[in-house]
Amino acid sequence: MLIIDSEKCTACGMCESSCAFGAINVQADCAVVNDSCTLCGACVDNCPENALRVETADKRTQADFGAYAGIMVFAEYRHGKIAPVSYELLGIGRKLADKRRVPLSVVLPGGTVAAFADGLIAAGADIVLLAEHPMLEQFREDLYAGILEQVIRERKPEVVLAGATAIGRSVIPYVATSIDAGLTADCTRLEIREEDGMLLQTRPAFGGNIMATIECPHTRPQMATVRPKVMAPAEPDPSRKGEVIHIQLAPSILHTQIEVLETVINNEDQVNIQEVETLVAGGRGLDSAKGFALIRELAGELNGAVAASRAAVDSGWIPYPHQVGQTGKTVSPKLYIACGISGAVQHAVGMQSAEIVVAINRDKNAPIFDIATYGVVGDLYEVVPLLIKRLQEIKK
Amino acid sequence: MRDMKILVCIKQVPDAKDVRLDPKTNTLAREGVESIMNPYDRHALEEAVAIKEKQGGVVTVITMGPPQAEAVLREAIACGADEGVLISDRAFAGADTWATSYTLAQAVQTLGGFDLILCGKQAIDGDTAQVGPGLACRLRLPFAACIQKTRKVTAEAIEVERMMDDGFDVLRLPLPALMTVVKDINEPRVASLKGKMKAKKAVIQQLSAADIGADPQCIGLAGSPTQVVRVFSPEPRGDRKIFSGSVAEQVDQLVACLKAHL
Repeated sequence: MLIIDSEKCTACGMCESSCAFGAINVQADCAVVNDSCTLCGACVDNCPENALRVETADKRTQADFGAYAGIMVFAEYRHGKIAPVSYELLGIGRKLADKRRVPLSVVLPGGTVAAFADGLIAAGADIVLLAEHPMLEQFREDLYAGILEQVIRERKPEVVLAGATAIGRSVIPYVATSIDAGLTADCTRLEIREEDGMLLQTRPAFGGNIMATIECPHTRPQMATVRPKVMAPAEPDPSRKGEVIHIQLAPSILHTQIEVLETVINNEDQVNIQEVETLVAGGRGLDSAKGFALIRELAGELNGAVAASRAAVDSGWIPYPHQVGQTGKTVSPKLYIACGISGAVQHAVGMQSAEIVVAINRDKNAPIFDIATYGVVGDLYEVVPLLIKRLQEIKK
Repeated sequence: MRDMKILVCIKQVPDAKDVRLDPKTNTLAREGVESIMNPYDRHALEEAVAIKEKQGGVVTVITMGPPQAEAVLREAIACGADEGVLISDRAFAGADTWATSYTLAQAVQTLGGFDLILCGKQAIDGDTAQVGPGLACRLRLPFAACIQKTRKVTAEAIEVERMMDDGFDVLRLPLPALMTVVKDINEPRVASLKGKMKAKKAVIQQLSAADIGADPQCIGLAGSPTQVVRVFSPEPRGDRKIFSGSVAEQVDQLVACLKAHL
């Protein structure tokens, strides 16, 4: 709990104003904490008199850090393919492993996946751990969790990375709980301290309005899911050498309670907006579903795909797979044209790593202009048709 | 079929769209930030109430939080839940997802006997989506995350659609089971007048750390493997060019700038 030293406290109010949770009230001569306190420590840092401190029960048994070494990546296989995020994880995993001078391993569960081993080695892995079984062709939470638990317990990596994908964000929290490891969700930056292997995990919180850096000081392994399209994959090097190991799966692991009755791939939209170089996105400013015809026309002109803000998706103008932002997809195309999108942080966190952002908006104060490379202030229904016309002229 | 006992885990959160970091003090600016029921949890609650209305049963809502979190339990009762349980103790403060799932699991075991547990996919303050799967792990329940549709519920099993990045899977889970839901699953109802009356009169059960037999080393800050070491504002984008003039002039400038990249 938060302890306030009434001798030192001068009732200056710094702690009250620094508390995000309204948990401190300054009374006549001393600050008083209430039940809303989350022990975040902001007040402790802000107290000029050092009158505050956080006391907690003793930490649980600390892990034997010396027993843990190496970086491990969970690679995702689905429908005959490896998820692109797996190569991105190997890219960042390689950097972490090099800094710590430890091996980088990758676990790949799936039906028949041995053919992918060379590609994973070329992308940076030193050791490929294949978990092959017909039951693993489909993703099932319990089976995948069992395999990851077994591999982590056997090999004791100091860091485990997985994609912040539907699969990763479902199975990894289960695994982390099971092995009593700390887990940070949806990281956008990872660094490692060379001397002690502490993983500094940075992620957006509060809908992307703030960033937080998180550590696991007492437990190993340190686990993190990483947002797709944020880390860069390494340039594949086919001459790289690595070891391929087929994991012996304990029979108890190959037991599932989950029956997969059917698996459906959305084909209303063949294009994955995370995979294209140019995106034209529409938002509330389109005013109706019809506006997307114009967005599609511009996207077609640029050989790009169509994206949307949450407002447009929530209005039912376009389906969810097109949504970019905190609750949608994160994209990093070369060119992102935002039409009639105000650019609330919710949206910005999903597209701000685009190389060039063009904003078209009639409100010159819209926050989208703060993150735009180029901004056009005007009615998109005037701007976009003219832009299409000019682009067509260039082609001729 | 026999009546179902359904549990919904909910959380009171600050309305995330209002939360900003004060650039001067580097702390969260809370002025004008309202406390609301986590939006995803509304969908979990609605699904639970819809299942109850079809199959018969009881919907219990639980939340871990400070005493004022009782407000979201009453709101849930107004929207169709039957009873609310507040898990509240100073010792829970500072819990990360590991410690939260531990605490919820202890409470669920204390209350006992649920056929189905529903959680929102994630809470909008932390956006971790980790507590639901963590709770399933501790209770050793079959689970599935990101459910977009309940297809069928029987006494023995539930058939659901699990949203995937490229489509969805149709799953059958034996009961008891746990699932987390996404917003596509339903349209939450607004509280009825009758519901509001009921909520006002409802007696909220309170459970402390001792009541649920919690190990002090597994709850709150002490039980949390992760620690926030720094909080800061996202970096703004540099070198930008906002055009001016008529629409035609601006488009010409834009095309000139983009030409090199096309």
